This record gives sequence, structure tokens and C-alpha cells, in this order.
Amino acid sequence: MYVAVKGGERAIENAHAFLDEERRGDPSVAELSVPQIREQLALAVNRVMAEGSLYDPDLAALAIKQARGDMIEAVFLLRAYRTTLPRFAASSPIDTGAMACVRRISATFKDAPGGQVLGPTFDYTHRLLDFALLAEGEPPLAPQAEPATGPVPHITSFLNRDGLIEREEPSDEMPPDLTREPLELPANRALRLQALTRGDEGFVLGLAYSTQRGYGRTHAFVGELRIGTVAVEVDIPELGFAVEVGEIEVTECETVNQFKGSKTEPPQFTRGYGLVFGQSERKAISMSLVDRALRWKELGEDNIGAPAQDEEFVLSHADNVQATGFLEHIKLPHYVDFQSELELIRRLRAEAAKEAAE
Amino acid sequence: MTTERQAWMSLLATAPPARLAELVPDLPPHDMLRAPEIGAVMVRGRQGATGGPFNLGEMTVTRCALRLADGAVGHAVVQGRDKGHAARAALVDALMQGQGAAEVRVAVLEPLSSERAARRRARAAKAAATKVEFFTMVRGDD
Repeated sequence: MYVAVKGGERAIENAHAFLDEERRGDPSVAELSVPQIREQLALAVNRVMAEGSLYDPDLAALAIKQARGDMIEAVFLLRAYRTTLPRFAASSPIDTGAMACVRRISATFKDAPGGQVLGPTFDYTHRLLDFALLAEGEPPLAPQAEPATGPVPHITSFLNRDGLIEREEPSDEMPPDLTREPLELPANRALRLQALTRGDEGFVLGLAYSTQRGYGRTHAFVGELRIGTVAVEVDIPELGFAVEVGEIEVTECETVNQFKGSKTEPPQFTRGYGLVFGQSERKAISMSLVDRALRWKELGEDNIGAPAQDEEFVLSHADNVQATGFLEHIKLPHYVDFQSELELIRRLRAEAAKEAAE
Repeated sequence: MTTERQAWMSLLATAPPARLAELVPDLPPHDMLRAPEIGAVMVRGRQGATGGPFNLGEMTVTRCALRLADGAVGHAVVQGRDKGHAARAALVDALMQGQGAAEVRVAVLEPLSSERAARRRARAAKAAATKVEFFTMVRGDD
């Protein structure tokens, strides 16, 4: 129950002023600029864009600064801003096959056309703190080589050619939109993928890890992981043709999973899919594992009761803004609710004491 | 014609706003048909890269339409929230349809295009330097 009470305006105002001061920190240390965050904390910016569902590096960097580095608070700020924007259009589906890749690896084919390109990865670093970063100085320039010019086909397309993996049939069915209509279950795969790509990275990671540990095992290999830029194309009705309105960086993961076959399908590999704004490799792999686990019904697999197979569980709890809102509301005044609980427990205790005395 | 216009509109949409402002410092007289407006585009992906579409998330864009004194109408939808970027892109789109197209191409589009190519090439070259060259380890004698 909620009862409006007055008071606390001054306390709130002063708390905000205190917050502003704490955000700034020690004034003898140079202030962090938004472009610095955008350029030097790019993976944090990427995460806020992915979970905030809005690709705008400047705004995501501003949100991180305003939130003092609290990522979920930053996601919340970006989501709130997003709701103020009119939506002009939906894009044509991006063509990840035409991605300008800076990273592209496969755990299944060593000699894939286009090659294995490591890109700017943390893999193979020693995870030792680099004290050289404490000192100011420019890093050496990255070496360059003759850029590859040929196409970089999706690795699963090789398996596709031989019929060894399930086909992804192209369609132009209008996908449902979580940000426009409330979540309804059962969800189709399009809705699940939207919920996962904006879902909390830690939550999706934990679920994906649980499938690897046996809670809904799907035997995933990373068929391909690619990071790079793709063009975003939009139909402009006034002009009667489509125009590229921008370029975004995305991470895509396709998993190849074991599948025994069913009454209607010969044995073949199946797929899990992850696609996330920015360089978000951990999230993209996690998403593809959870996507695959959630597909048990359409693939005729058993539901073994694993959390990652439970669509309602996964989709209802993946959103960290929603979760934070509900979780943290319990810290707001519940004086009247609590008062009634207090009265109830006093009465029960009095009754118990009376019974004990009799 | 359409494909050429698509190419310059795309080039203008992704141009760094500060660079475009440098190349197009002054706006000739024009009427705004649609003043620069910030909004969003829902970006879609495909399930499994080639299947049915799904909603990936939105991106910010700014759109603008204007008319020059000679009647040419320019449109722009550009990435980000820079209203000056959208206005200049629409202006260049209109100018490219008129008598001075050749000059605008040389003064604005060509530098933007070669700079974009250089940026892309540098990134691709750094990625290419991280391509793995596998070699088979020599086996010892039996």
C-alpha cells in the first residue's frame, strides 16, 4: 500500500548535490570527458548500447559518466532517453555476410576461406596487470598487412551446402517488438532473440554456462565468431528507394550443435545464434547458447527442466532494468505495509502468549 | 541515377559531422521542408544470419529535407544526433541534383569518399596483420 506523505525535499536536493560532488571525485584529479570514455572505455560503452537497446556511442558514454560507472544505471538512462525518440523506420535486416570484419574466428574449421583473423582480442594476453599503463605514453602503432579483398562467407554456409546443418529459411515475416508490446508467452524465436540481445550480460552468461555444465546440454561449438561493421539500410518512402543511414559495429556468433535427428529430420547439426551491438564477444556467445537451449521444443528435444530451456524464466528475468526496478522498489517507503505487518505479528504474539499461559 | 544518389546519401550519412562542416561551411539560401529532427531507426538482424528478421535494437538518426532557390529538393537521414550534419547532408543532396554537381562532387564528395576509404583500409590492414598462418609441426622419426 502507498500513502502520499510530504517532506524530505531538502534532504533529496542535498543528496543530489552530494551525488554530483562524489561523481566528480577529487577535484585535483583531471575530469573525465565523454569522448575519453567513448574512445578508451569502448567495451563498457558497447555494453551500455547493447543492453540499453540504442546504438549511440556518445550517449552511452555520457550515461556511463552520469552513472559514475554503474553499468545498469547507465543502461537505465539510455533506455529512458530512447523512449523520447520518435521512431522513423525499421531497417532492412543487416547483412552480416557483408561485414567488414576486424575479427573472425572459427573453432570448427581451421582453413575456412577468409582465414582466422584474431583482431583486437584479449585472448592470448597473460592477464597480468600492465603497470606500463600507469605511466602516460602512446602505444606502438599496430602492424598492418595487405587487406584481404575476397568475400568472407559465413562458415555455416559450408555445412549448409552439404545439408549437414539445419537451414535457416529466409522470410520477411514482421518480427514482434518487445519495446512496443508487452512480452507474451509462448514467444517466437524473433522475440526471444530480441530479449536476449538486450538482456543482462551476466544473466545470459550464467544461463549459457549452466547449459555447458549439464543443465540443458546442447554440445555447442563456435562455428564462427565475427566482429566488424555493417551498413544499416532504410527505405525512404519519400524517395522510393533505400539508403544506408549509418554503419554500426556488431558481434555475431553462430554455434554448431549436435543433434541426433528426429522422426521428420535426418541427423544434422543445429544452430544457435547471437548478434549484439558493439564488440561484445562474451555476450554473443552466451546468447547463441541460450538461443539454442530455448529451441528444444521446435527441434523435438526433451525438456529436462533446465533453467535455460524455460522460456518464461529466461525472458522474464533477463532484463536488468526491469529487474532492478522491482528489486530496488522494496527500499522505498513501505511504512503502511510494514505497520500492518507489525500489528499482525504483535497480535499473533499476544495470542501465543495467552495460549501458553492457559 | 538512383544508385549514384544512394551512394552519395550513404557517404553523407556516415561522414564525420565536423569534417562535413569544414567542407560545407556556408549554407546557400534554402527553405526547410522538414527542419532537422532527431529520432531512431529500429535495426533488424536475421535469425541465424539468413533466416527471418528480428529486432536488434535502435540507433539514433537525424533527418532533414530542404529546398534550394532553384527548386531542387534535398533529403537526408544521417547517423547520430547532429542537426547541422543532417542539414548539410540534405543541402549537398540538393546541390548534387543541380548545375553545380560536378564542383560539389570534387569539393565535398571526393574528399569524404577517399577519407572513408582510407579509414576502412587502415582498419582492414590492421586486421589482416592478425590473420593466423597455420603450419604443421614436423613429426619426429618413427
